[in-house]
Amino acid sequence: MSPGSLHIKGLVKEYNKGVPVLKSIDLNINGAGLTAIIGPSGTGKSTLIRCINRLVDPTAGEIWLDVAGKRLNMAQLSGADLRHSRRHIGMVFQEYNLVERLTVMENLLTGRLGYTSAWNAWRRKFSGEDFDRAFSLLDTVGLTAFANQRADELSGGQRQRVGIARALMQQPSLLLADEPTSSLDPKTSVEILQLLRDQGRLNGIPVVVNIHDVELARRYADRIVGMTGGHVVYDGAPDGLSDAMLQTIYGGEGWIQ
Amino acid sequence: MSTAQARQVEAFAWTPAVKLTALGVLAYSIYVLAQIDITAERLALGLKLGAKFLARMWPPDLSKMDILWSGIRESLQIAVLSTVAGVALSLPIGLLASRNLMPRIVSTSARGFIALARSLHPVIKAILFVKAVGFGPLAGILALTVATVGFVGKLFADAIEEISPKQVEAVRATGASFMNVVLFGVLPQVMSRFVGFTTYQLDSNLRNSTMLGIVGAGGIGGALFSAFQRFDYDFVFTILATIIAIIVVGELLVNATRKALHV
Repeated sequence: MSPGSLHIKGLVKEYNKGVPVLKSIDLNINGAGLTAIIGPSGTGKSTLIRCINRLVDPTAGEIWLDVAGKRLNMAQLSGADLRHSRRHIGMVFQEYNLVERLTVMENLLTGRLGYTSAWNAWRRKFSGEDFDRAFSLLDTVGLTAFANQRADELSGGQRQRVGIARALMQQPSLLLADEPTSSLDPKTSVEILQLLRDQGRLNGIPVVVNIHDVELARRYADRIVGMTGGHVVYDGAPDGLSDAMLQTIYGGEGWIQ
Repeated sequence: MSTAQARQVEAFAWTPAVKLTALGVLAYSIYVLAQIDITAERLALGLKLGAKFLARMWPPDLSKMDILWSGIRESLQIAVLSTVAGVALSLPIGLLASRNLMPRIVSTSARGFIALARSLHPVIKAILFVKAVGFGPLAGILALTVATVGFVGKLFADAIEEISPKQVEAVRATGASFMNVVLFGVLPQVMSRFVGFTTYQLDSNLRNSTMLGIVGAGGIGGALFSAFQRFDYDFVFTILATIIAIIVVGELLVNATRKALHV
């Protein structure tokens, strides 16, 4: 995996004309650290993440992904170019988004579909290398015994591990996670965040995580981006995140202990 | 009684509009009965004729088993072939007709085509195909193939429209091509229902294939029709009993298959 770096300039997204959710976001993400994006619901954290791999189309602004000496213009690409660029970006979802009726192994192999012809995909014919990587990743996330079970038989925490393994199957240059712990219990949340951080470090790629839990973000993030009202209002180390800053981000103060 | 309760009671009461409609339907039924002249004498005569007809059916004629068998075989062949061809066509057409995966113009055209395929009764389709390609099983196969596309195509398109977009989104996010998204994100979600539609349609085609012969489109219906015309009611009985047996056995087989495949 070659580490990617992300450069966002003046990113704007309007779902309804004249009502921007993201109001000119500037953000650069380099290196192998975990970046946590925090902020109240509806402030555009998910939209920001989804603009990066173009599950959402931005209204204006630039998104550049530098990968293996190439500059990919993520905001403008379309068709096959967009699909090829998406292969460099792994994504983990809040509700796991596994294909329920496929086995755990098939869900992992989904991560290789960007490199597989339809004929081979139909026959489930992937390279030996892909299978080896899949088994080694299953080992990493502790689900080797579940390879041939259907995804809908797993618990929430197990599903999210499969979701992370699927994203890593892509050998991504950048790992995105959209509220990966919001559907999980506190203990599992910690394990999932740890897994994301460790895999990011191990593969030397940046990990960008949207997260509601400020304490969890402080504990695992190398960098915290605080958003409110469609703007970035804090960008720095977890230590610098003062109570006053949290008040700016979320408003109110009763919830801060 | 509070106002909310009063409103609820009122909603289930006979409103003047409902009363008027019921009265209208009743009046029209009485008018029609008078128009088509069904009297007590006519009813008595009918019953007498019916008894005679039933009496002439017994004992069943078992001397023409070769005619019976060749007709039944042809009906089964028509049912199986038209189901296979129709289902094979329904897969791509149903996919094109799904509004969540296809642009508006494509899905609307495909849905129009499916509606057209479903609009006419199979017997009318069979008549059209007999005129187009001549007498025989080919016309029957074509008629039931079109009928299958009309039915399975629509159900398949509806099933695709109900899938979870989240699973599809995740497959798309890996950089998969459209075909791969369909193979890994869409088909797994609808395949079991599709097998269900197919077995249901096989059952339906089996039924329909027995009457195509009446209009010359092949199958046992031809033998049935000529037996009626020659007043061979004992042979008619044999044919009808065989058809019923085959439909029952077919349904049992289809149910067993569905159970075995968990659909």
